[in-house]
Amino acid sequence: MTATHSQIEALVRPEPVRHHVPHGPELPGHWMQVINLSVWYGARQAVEGVNMTVRPKAATAIIGPSGCGKSTFIRCLNRMHEVGAGVNRVSGQVLLDGHDIYAPSVDPVKVRRHIGMVFQRPNPFPSMSVAENVVAGLRLVSNPTKSQVDETVERCLDQAALWDEVKDKLSASGASLSGGQQQRLCIARALAVSPDVLLMDEPCSALDPIATAKIEQLIIELKRDYTIVIVTHNMQQAQRVADETAFFLAAEDRIGRLVEMAPTGQLFAHPADERTAAYVAGRFG
Amino acid sequence: MTGAVIASPYPVAPGLPFTDDSRYRRRRARSQAMAGLIAFAAFLGVSILWIILGYVTVKGAPALNLAFFTERPLPYGEVGGGIAPAITGSLMLLVVAAVLGVPIGIGAAIFLVEYGKGSIIEGVRFASDLVAGLPSIVVGVFVWAALVRNVIGNFSGLAGAVALAIIMVPIIIRTVEAVLNLVPHTLREAGLALGVPKWRVILGVVLPTARAGIVTGVVLSVARAGGETAPLLLTTLGNQFFNWDLGKPTGAIPIQLYNYAVAPYPDWHEKAWGAALVLILVVGVLSILTRVATRGSVR
Ligand SMILES: Nc1ncnc2c1ncn2[C@@H]1O[C@H](COP(=O)(O)OP(=O)(O)O)[C@@H](O)[C@H]1O
Ligand SMILES: [Mg+2]
Repeated sequence: MTATHSQIEALVRPEPVRHHVPHGPELPGHWMQVINLSVWYGARQAVEGVNMTVRPKAATAIIGPSGCGKSTFIRCLNRMHEVGAGVNRVSGQVLLDGHDIYAPSVDPVKVRRHIGMVFQRPNPFPSMSVAENVVAGLRLVSNPTKSQVDETVERCLDQAALWDEVKDKLSASGASLSGGQQQRLCIARALAVSPDVLLMDEPCSALDPIATAKIEQLIIELKRDYTIVIVTHNMQQAQRVADETAFFLAAEDRIGRLVEMAPTGQLFAHPADERTAAYVAGRFG
Repeated sequence: MTGAVIASPYPVAPGLPFTDDSRYRRRRARSQAMAGLIAFAAFLGVSILWIILGYVTVKGAPALNLAFFTERPLPYGEVGGGIAPAITGSLMLLVVAAVLGVPIGIGAAIFLVEYGKGSIIEGVRFASDLVAGLPSIVVGVFVWAALVRNVIGNFSGLAGAVALAIIMVPIIIRTVEAVLNLVPHTLREAGLALGVPKWRVILGVVLPTARAGIVTGVVLSVARAGGETAPLLLTTLGNQFFNWDLGKPTGAIPIQLYNYAVAPYPDWHEKAWGAALVLILVVGVLSILTRVATRGSVR
């Protein structure tokens, strides 16, 4: 299993290893750092001056009232904002393991191969079966063998806690699953390209409470191996799954800023900023 | 409790607020009259189709026999013969036209939806609409002047296929563009978020999702091109004999239909009706086939 896994990694990432530090300490896992990030939609600024360190192999939650720039921010972490509508501009730096993903020589496509994303609404490919959905990323960037495909399908569905539910309908259409299953299928699909970091933008907001609980459990499992950033409007969810929580807020000028970031327990129990205190107490938003 | 009448604890309001009045009755009558007129218009529209179908079937069915499909037309005035060279010719012309036109049409539609920006989109769309609006005889004249006179030097199947491709391309662009726009943006995002290059997402995700609509658009354009006569008269000319050489004049069903129709012989007139029936049947079968083949995906 380990052998095949690394073979797949070699296929998915033909480029040389980037994190090689000659005499430095071993990476504890993949980490990210955001330095003075600002984002504009055309002339209108949406996010200003965010500084943040994303801990390796941990879940970082981003909370805040709607419209405060959470989605805008998280889409900048893997350059997804570049494919969306609305011309926008980004200043500042976003580092993955110390390397700026906005450096001029960087290919945004490769960035997204290292930093995956799961969206608000489950979006399996309707033209593909369950199994094909899982390996879609692999197949579209490389030529995996049949055994690599089978291995990846089982491993990733298993990691996404979906294998037992779908192992008998791997060739059914991805769209035939329930909403919660579709979302876990999308997580499996994201895991199949072996990302370093997984970004999730309100992954449960279209799901019922039981499906939500399953995804939360899954996130708790996944953060043993992956670095996770999750946007959520649900403060209980942040408390259940996240090690660190960042609170975003848009002031009168409708520009979102990072108000406070702390270990989750501390942020909710002893917020340093009074706006955080008001928000977590449910006094607005 | 069933059937028991429960006395209401509340008093009944005086008068019934829902009773209709004369104004309401007038409105309702007018509305019903309008609905009747609209239904009649719909009926007229559909009955024209059925009248044409019925008339062509009655006139053309007697012509359909084995010889009609397997034999070539006989010399002027002789009774018998068929439209076989026209069938094979139409087939060849349409295949070649599709080979030329489908990649251009689908490519242009992909460009418009996935890559085009602002004024370029408008330009391409305007040009495509202009070509779609050209009388087909003009396409024929153009291909005649450009290819038949200057490049190829004689009437040929290739020139006919080019003319048909020009007629097909705008139809393909329009339908494929519409169906690509129906593919949710979230699917493209999902693909890109996996670290897949954009062109690969288009080929691997967007086109398969839109498959049914694309097939429908292509078939629609083939059906339309298959019935064109004017551009073929000026490009392939027609041929009473079997021909598989793209460099030579080639028969086609609409040309044969015309030739049979303008001759002064009742037997040939019947064959013209038969050819018309064959054209209608081919179009019908094509659209039924696509409906079956593309069931259950974005159309
Ligand atoms: N494509 C866009 N074009 C212009 N403005 C946008 C676009 N997307 C988001 N915005 C604006 O940016 C701000 C932040 O939006 P968003 O990041 O979606 O907030 P959140 O995810 O926290 O609800 C909002 O004021 C929104 O109106
Ligand atoms: Mg959002």
